[in-house]
Amino acid sequence: MRIPILKLGRYLLISVQVELDDQTALQFQEDLLNKIHQEGSLGVVIDLTSVDMIDSFIAKVIGDVVEMSSLMGAKVVLTGIQPAVAITLIDMGVSLQEVQTALDLEQGLERLQQELGG
Amino acid sequence: MSNHSCIEIANEWGIVSARQAGRELSKEIGFGSVDQARITTAISELARNIYLYTEIGKIDLEEISDNHKNGKVRGIKVVASDKGPGIENLRDVMVDGFTTSGGLGAGLPGVKRLMDEFDIESIPGEGTTITTIKWLR
Repeated sequence: MRIPILKLGRYLLISVQVELDDQTALQFQEDLLNKIHQEGSLGVVIDLTSVDMIDSFIAKVIGDVVEMSSLMGAKVVLTGIQPAVAITLIDMGVSLQEVQTALDLEQGLERLQQELGG
Repeated sequence: MSNHSCIEIANEWGIVSARQAGRELSKEIGFGSVDQARITTAISELARNIYLYTEIGKIDLEEISDNHKNGKVRGIKVVASDKGPGIENLRDVMVDGFTTSGGLGAGLPGVKRLMDEFDIESIPGEGTTITTIKWLR
């Protein structure tokens, strides 16, 4: 299973709509980095509205892909993290400290625009 | 009270099946969305440990009930058992950030915080059984 990555100008948009198994998560990591490279993207919004569970493995994959993207020069904003997911992550002691977040896709894009100046 | 299911964890698909079964059962018992996420995440961590460290193991999910002072309380019992190498350093694995797999080291201490009751028994060379319970409040 592959997560579709959409291009919007210099940005990439991803809405995770599938149950994240390990393989899908790792495949996504690779696909996203390739797409950033291919398109010369400056910013990425990953929308997690439909994700109802993030365990420590998925959290690590997400944290890593944010860091990897940043190494390549693309800013990542995570959006739409569900209340139950946020509570569970903090219960677990998982903190995505370096990670930029926004309430929803719209605000995520605004955030990128502010940071990247247009 | 015969609401019971058993999921074999032989590969990473087992992790997905276990957490789906966990979400269904916790919903059925009446847990709210936050507790459903807690229970599902705990099951995912336990199943992943089986997948990472042993050849094969299983997750048993069961609806339970107990008499508390305010009456009968329902809950979910999650038992993860395997016949893997066992854990020699039980104290270490319960410390946040301890990992042998390159993960976040949040697994077992995380599960303990997500659930209400947590018990681990491990015999090196024979296997590990982790029993956790979440009560419906």
